[in-house]
Amino acid sequence: MTALIDFFARVANLCRKELLTILKDPATRAILIAPALLQSLIFGYGATYDLTNVPYALLDQSRTGAATELIAHLDSTGVFHRVATLRTQADIREVIDTEKALLVIQIAPDFERQLSAGQPAPIQLILDARNSNTAGSAAGYVNAVVERYNAELRTRAGAPPTPLVIESRAWFNPNLETRWNLLPGMIAALSMLQTLLLTALSVAREREQGTFDQLLVTPMSPLEIMIGKALPPVLVGLVQSSLILLVAMFWFGIPMAGSLVTLYTGLIFFTVASVGIGLSISAVSANMQQAMLYTFVLLMPMMLLSGLTTPVRNMPHVLQVITLANPLRFAIDLVQRVYLEGVGLGTVWHNLIPLSIIAVVTLPLAAWLFRNRLV
Amino acid sequence: MSGFWSRLISLTRKEFRQLLRDRSNLAIGILLPMVLILIFGYGMSLDVKNAPVAVVMEDASPTAHEAIAGLQLSPTIAPVLLGSMHDAEELMRERKVDGIVRIPSDFSRALAAGNARVQLIVHGADAGRATIILAYVSGALAQTAVRQADRLGSTSGADAPPVGNVTVEQRMWFNAANTSTWYLVPGLIVLIMTLVGAFLTALVMAREWERGTLEALFVTPVRPVEILLAKIIPYFGVGMLGLALCLLAARFLFAVPMYGSLFVVVFSSMLYLIVAVSLGLVISSVTRNQFLASQVALIATFMPSMMLSGFLFDLRNVPTAVWVIGHVLPATYFMDLIKTLFLAGDVWPLIWRNCLILLAYAVGLLMLARAVTRKSLD
Repeated sequence: MTALIDFFARVANLCRKELLTILKDPATRAILIAPALLQSLIFGYGATYDLTNVPYALLDQSRTGAATELIAHLDSTGVFHRVATLRTQADIREVIDTEKALLVIQIAPDFERQLSAGQPAPIQLILDARNSNTAGSAAGYVNAVVERYNAELRTRAGAPPTPLVIESRAWFNPNLETRWNLLPGMIAALSMLQTLLLTALSVAREREQGTFDQLLVTPMSPLEIMIGKALPPVLVGLVQSSLILLVAMFWFGIPMAGSLVTLYTGLIFFTVASVGIGLSISAVSANMQQAMLYTFVLLMPMMLLSGLTTPVRNMPHVLQVITLANPLRFAIDLVQRVYLEGVGLGTVWHNLIPLSIIAVVTLPLAAWLFRNRLV
Repeated sequence: MSGFWSRLISLTRKEFRQLLRDRSNLAIGILLPMVLILIFGYGMSLDVKNAPVAVVMEDASPTAHEAIAGLQLSPTIAPVLLGSMHDAEELMRERKVDGIVRIPSDFSRALAAGNARVQLIVHGADAGRATIILAYVSGALAQTAVRQADRLGSTSGADAPPVGNVTVEQRMWFNAANTSTWYLVPGLIVLIMTLVGAFLTALVMAREWERGTLEALFVTPVRPVEILLAKIIPYFGVGMLGLALCLLAARFLFAVPMYGSLFVVVFSSMLYLIVAVSLGLVISSVTRNQFLASQVALIATFMPSMMLSGFLFDLRNVPTAVWVIGHVLPATYFMDLIKTLFLAGDVWPLIWRNCLILLAYAVGLLMLARAVTRKSLD
C-alpha cells in the first residue's frame, strides 16, 4: 500500500516538475495556446474548396440576345465576375496565362441561329486548370447555370418540361461546406503537431543537458519516469483540442451532433498514442535537434496520410495499409463521425483498437529505452 | 577581401562537416523529400474515381434501368444496386457508400406522365467529394430526362417546334489529363524548400544560440556576415538536393510536364530557398531556443505554405483577411510561379512579378537576419 502511495507521489512530483518546465516560460505558454486558436480561425476561413469568386472573360462572337441572356444568368449567380471582354480568339491565351481570368467563355457567331433552329448550340469553356480541382468546380457551376437556362428555353418554347425532378440533399452537412469536415479534423491534427514535438523534446532536452542521468539515478523506475513524462503533454494536447473544439462549435457554429464523452474518450486514446510515439522518438534521439528532425520526418507523412486534406479512400492500396499505423487517421475518422454524424462509441470503437495498440507498444518501448539506451 | 573568402571557405567547410555528421539532418534533407514525393505522387488525390453510390431500384422497369444506365458507364462513380432504402441507409451510415440514388416504385409511370421524382442523397462529411458526386449524378440523370422529354414530345404527336439547347464544350488548359498529381507535385517543391530552408535552418541555428556556441564564434575575428553566410550555404545545398530529387521524380516518376524553362525553375527555386533560409535565420535569432524555434518555424512556415499558399485551396475564394495573410507569405508567390512554370510555361509577366517579389523578400529578410544577429551581440 505504501509502495503504491510512493508510486503516485513520485509520479505526481515528476508531473508537477514537467508541467512547470513547460509552463514557466511565458513565450512557451503562448506558443501552446495562441497558434491552436489562430490556426483554427485562419484555416477555418481559408481552407475551402467552395467557389465564391470566379473571374471570367467573355468572347462573344455572336452578339445576340440569347448569348447576352445566358451571360446574364451567369452574372446573376454572384460567383462569376467578368474581368475582360475579348475581341478575338488570340486574346484568350493572355488572360488565362496571366491568371486574370480563371475561365473564358467563347460563344460562336452562329450560336443563336443554331439555338432557334432547334439544334444543340455549343459554347466553349476554356479553363485554367493549373489547379484542376478549382477548374473542375468552376466547370460544374457553369454547367448548372447552362442547365437552368436550357430548362427556361424549353418552357418558353412551350415544349414539355423535363419530366424528371431530382430532389437532392446532403446528410450531416446540409450546405456541403468544406469547413464542416475540416475543422473537426483539425481538433485532432493541430494538437498532434505540438504535443508530439513537446513530448519528443522532453527527454531529449534532459539528455542534452545531462539531467536525464540524474533522473535515472533517483529512486524512480523507468515506468514512473515514463508516466511522469507522458501525462503533462497529454494534458496540453487535450487543452489544445478543446480550444479548437470551442472555435468550431461557437465561432463557426458547426453543430456538434455527438456526445462530448465519446469525443473525449477518443481524444484521450489518441493523445496517449501520440505521446507514446513522441516519447519513443525522444528515447532514441541523442539530442533535441535529432528529436525534432525525427519527429518532423514522421509528422509530415502522418498529416498527409490522415485523410485531413485528401480522403484515405483515394489512396492506393499500399498507402492505405500504411495509414493503419497512423494514429491521426483513426482520430480524424473518429472525431469527424462523432462530431458531424453524432455516432456513439458503438460505431467508432474500432478506431480505438489501433490507437490502443500504438500506445501499448510505444509507451513501454520508451520506458525500456530510457534505461537501456544511454546515448 | 581574400581574408573574407578564406574565412568563409573554411567556416563553410566546418558547417558542412557538422551537417554531415548528424544523420538526422540528412533524414530531413533527403529521406523526407523522397517520402513526400511518393506520398504526393501516389497517395494524395482530390480526384473522385469510382465513388461507391447505392442505387435503390424500387422500380424494376426497363425505363428505370435506362435512367441509370448513364451512371454505370462513368469512371467517376461506381453504382451499387440495392433492393431497399433501408440497406442503402445502413451502408451510408457505415460510410461504405458516398451517396444514394432512389428510383421510386412509380418511376416509369410518373415519367410517362411527366412528373417523375428521383431522390439523391449524398454523404456530406467530405463536402468537396459530395459536391462532385452530386453534380455528376444530377447531370447524368438530367440528360436522361431531356432525352425522355424529347421522346414524349414526339410521341404525343404535337407539332411543338424542336427546342435547341446550349451545350458546354469544356477544355482544361494546362492540365489535359485533369489529374491532381499535376499540381500537387509542383506544389511539393514549395513545401520541401520551405521545410529544408526555414525549418532546418531555424532548428540548427537555435541550437547554437541555446548553447552559446554562436556567441563564442562572434568573439573570433570572423565577421557576423561570414558566419551567417557559412551557415546558409550548407542548408542551401541540402535544399537544392531536395529540388533535384523533386524535379527528377516529377519528370521520370510522374511524367508531369514542364512547359517552362528549366533555367527559370532552378533560378526561382534558388531565390525562394534564400528567402526560406533567411526566414529560418530570423526565427532562430528571435527565439534563441530550440523548442520555440521549432514551433514558430512549424507554425509560421510549414502549415501556412500548405494551407494558405494556394496549394490546396484556391486563394480567390477565401475571405479578404485570409487573402491578405496568404499574400504576405512568400510561399504564395513561389507557388504561383512554380505551378505556372510547370503547367503553363514561361509567362513572363508572371515570372517577372513573382521573382521581383521574392527578391524583395530575400533582400529584406537577409537584412533583417543581419540586424537581429548584430543586436544580439550587445
